[in-house]
Amino acid sequence: MQDLAISIIFKGNNLLRLLDGLWITLRISLLSAALSIPLGILFGMFLTLKNPISKFIGRLYLDFIRIMPQLVLLFIVFFGITRATGLDLSAELSAIIVFVLWGTSEMGDLVRGALISIPKHQYESSEALALTKLQTYWYIIIPQTLRRLIPLTINLVTRMIKTTSLVVLIGIVEMLKVGQQIIDANRFDYPSGALWIYGVVFFMYFFSCWPISCFAKWLEKRWSDK
Amino acid sequence: MDWNFISQYTPMYIEAAKLTLWIGVLGILSAIVIGLLCSIVQYYKIPILSQIVSVYIELSRNTPLLVQLFFLYFGFPKIGIVLSAEVCGVVGLAFLGGSYMAEGFRSGLESVETIQFESAESLGMNQLQVMRYVVIPQALAVSVPALVANVIFLLKETSVFSAIALADLMYVAKDLIGLYYMTTESLFMLVLAYLIILLPISLLAVYLERRLRYAGFGN
Amino acid sequence: MNKNIQLSIKDLVKSFDDNRILNGISTDIKKGEVVVVLGPSGCGKSTLLRCINGLEAINGGHVFIDEDEVVHNSKDLPKIRQKIGMVFQSYDLFPHKTIIDNITLAPIKVQHRNKAEVTEEAEQLLERVNLLDKAKAYPRQLSGGQKQRVAIVRALCMHPEIMLFDEVTAALDPEMVREVLDVILELANQGMTMIIVTHEMQFARAVADRIIFLDGGKIVEEARPDEFFTAPKTARAKAFLKTFEFDAKKKEMSREAV
Repeated sequence: MQDLAISIIFKGNNLLRLLDGLWITLRISLLSAALSIPLGILFGMFLTLKNPISKFIGRLYLDFIRIMPQLVLLFIVFFGITRATGLDLSAELSAIIVFVLWGTSEMGDLVRGALISIPKHQYESSEALALTKLQTYWYIIIPQTLRRLIPLTINLVTRMIKTTSLVVLIGIVEMLKVGQQIIDANRFDYPSGALWIYGVVFFMYFFSCWPISCFAKWLEKRWSDK
Repeated sequence: MDWNFISQYTPMYIEAAKLTLWIGVLGILSAIVIGLLCSIVQYYKIPILSQIVSVYIELSRNTPLLVQLFFLYFGFPKIGIVLSAEVCGVVGLAFLGGSYMAEGFRSGLESVETIQFESAESLGMNQLQVMRYVVIPQALAVSVPALVANVIFLLKETSVFSAIALADLMYVAKDLIGLYYMTTESLFMLVLAYLIILLPISLLAVYLERRLRYAGFGN
Repeated sequence: MNKNIQLSIKDLVKSFDDNRILNGISTDIKKGEVVVVLGPSGCGKSTLLRCINGLEAINGGHVFIDEDEVVHNSKDLPKIRQKIGMVFQSYDLFPHKTIIDNITLAPIKVQHRNKAEVTEEAEQLLERVNLLDKAKAYPRQLSGGQKQRVAIVRALCMHPEIMLFDEVTAALDPEMVREVLDVILELANQGMTMIIVTHEMQFARAVADRIIFLDGGKIVEEARPDEFFTAPKTARAKAFLKTFEFDAKKKEMSREAV
């Protein structure tokens, strides 16, 4: 009986449809990540400005985005903005907007943390060695910042991939939704299909995120030994 | 903004918030216990168990809670395990949270220098006493910020419970929007509800972090 | 075993990977004896102390305190350790406890002694090292020398039969070294059995009943302090002492210059 059940995965083009759903998940998350990184770097530099007003606005934005569950943000953008502005945002666009806002805030916080964590004496000792400001930044500050930033950024990317699972709740047809559809369509032939299909989705997410986090760990290890 | 609507439906939000909270708290407490056990297993490098724990941590950290819940709620019944939605919520949170808590405890344990173990052992304490009086208190001080951050993270994750038919805050909001089209009011109450739950804990987190850094142990 | 012998080390062998750090050490320490272990860096002095206390597993030989054998990770080790007090170079007090709690923790939890009685003894000991006013302070508020004196008191409060000191002044500023050495001297005068690893030669000469000179993992020379410092028998001991002589001359010159 189990043999019969697991073959639901391979029946027809089920697997292909699931992979399609995976593609949509990855498309949304990786696009959002790609936009968030440069915006986040700018935001991070913005956060280090001494202006109290900019600091206040920056912190307000940061704290609000981080306190609210991402699903709430999705609802606000998808249902709320449509209502408030009359614009008809597609679910996918809403998702990307929310993720970019979220990604920018997290990235900004990381960048700010990295910038202020470089101890002053790094700047001072390179000046003492007669390096110019530009050389200091290029050879000393930026390499160290990158070392702290990259593993954390990669961690942010995997978190984004996982959070993309939420978009099924605003109607986007990604992996979980496709899975539901397959299960429904095959309810009679494969009564225990749910176990296998959701199991496959589980592992699709796992194999999307795990290699990336392994890579981040490898990077961290490699750089901490130097 | 229709204030009548808001006052009329506030009780519904309160009920939903209570549900979110009690499932959340149960899940978080379970996660803490699981995390503590896992970190101790890994710290002492207990054979076989450590490997199982490592696999568990990788699996739970690289998959979203929503998928885990679907698997538990829709998938398990097919092999004869039927769990109520509430139980799925708690189990899902515990499964996901356990690995994050384990990481939090682990960084704390590793931050305690070996010489602290050795000083305590030299005074004649056995492993249990060393852990209880010397190592864990110091480890906790380092872990607490991470643990509180995990609590906040897990409470936020509870927002997906509506997907397995739990009448939580998101469920209520979506319902009201669908039924009455009072989008602004529904979303306003939703945001307010989460702020009320999460803001105090976030402030507590900041306060704890600052206090512990001051208690500093030399720093 | 002879009633007078507190600690017995027989053919002790300790290796780290392929490196034989201790290569067959044998000696007996009598009750009330103060033994100072000298030797060049890397000769295994600290390792020897750690093996005696069971912090390291040994690869050969035995260590006996009274009639009990010290075995790394054994079930009886915590009990045997109560007889051995050890003070480390890095004066690691428990940072999350006050000074008085640092001292009373083990006697109360391990030896199940009465809290009031232990506290009174701890206060008396603190008084003797001039630190009673710091009883409620935390380690981070104390200087290195003060912390080290507390570490000694903490070990003493367990009523050990033998005290091990592992380069306890090596990490201290020069001004603080004296206050710690004075405490150890007083302990010696009271008849505590001690094994001391140190680089402070004048102190070694003053406090020791016997000098053990270690080099290459073996006991190269063993003598009474005045014999060892004025007329060392082996070439290696002579070479070792010469390094300090040179430094002493330099110190005299710089003191005159100032």
